[in-house]
Amino acid sequence: MNLFLLNLILAISWSALAGSFTLSTLAVGFVLGFGTLWLLQPLLGGPSAYFLRAYYWVRLAVMFHYELVVSSLAVVWDVITPTQLSRPGIVEVPLDIKSDTGILLVTNLISLTPGTLSLDVSEDRKTLFVHAMFADDHEAVRSQLKNTMEKWVREALET
Amino acid sequence: MTEVIIGVLVLTGSFFAFIASLGVVRLPDVLVRMHASTKAGTLSAGLVMLGAAIWFWDLAVAFLVVALVLFLLLTAPVAAHMIGRAAVRTGVKMWTGREED
Repeated sequence: MNLFLLNLILAISWSALAGSFTLSTLAVGFVLGFGTLWLLQPLLGGPSAYFLRAYYWVRLAVMFHYELVVSSLAVVWDVITPTQLSRPGIVEVPLDIKSDTGILLVTNLISLTPGTLSLDVSEDRKTLFVHAMFADDHEAVRSQLKNTMEKWVREALET
Repeated sequence: MTEVIIGVLVLTGSFFAFIASLGVVRLPDVLVRMHASTKAGTLSAGLVMLGAAIWFWDLAVAFLVVALVLFLLLTAPVAAHMIGRAAVRTGVKMWTGREED
């Protein structure tokens, strides 16, 4: 978190030197600052988890948007064609993630991708009930959610 | 060029919003309808907001847009979750497959 603050300060000073606080100078400053900090790692007390964590967060954001678009198209297709292709059903997904933040992120992201809607978390916080729109194969839905959303969130939070 | 990009973003956003409202009318049961209304809605609002941010290209507007989209992403799933949970707990009948006729 310390390095993140340093990175922000670098971005702001870059815009100050450029003489304009616009979106593009701040973004360029942030990227340049990230690169500089990465090169300066040995001076700042050895390799830091900051860079790996940044990579995992970016991957989480990018893959989430990809999932959002792909599954939106599936739902759109089902709405505009006259036949109903969906086979909805409730799938139980075992949860490996334990923290409150983790469960909140996983359930929120699952709800946000069309085609899956998180309904409830069991009392012992080990099972998540998901309503899936295309639930022909429960095992496939389960392993897909575990290998995408939950894995990405776990890596982003726990590195 | 930017006008074209903005146009595509806003039009795609409105298309998704239209499909979402159509889905609420067309889909078979409460839970499936929730899929259409909450998510396509979020996606369409996000796309329209992105278009607005590019149009103004201004730090203040960009922060406003980011805040708006963040709050949408935080609140929409919670509402969907609560409605879905209430539907399941009160025993609303679920539609489970293709109608064979």
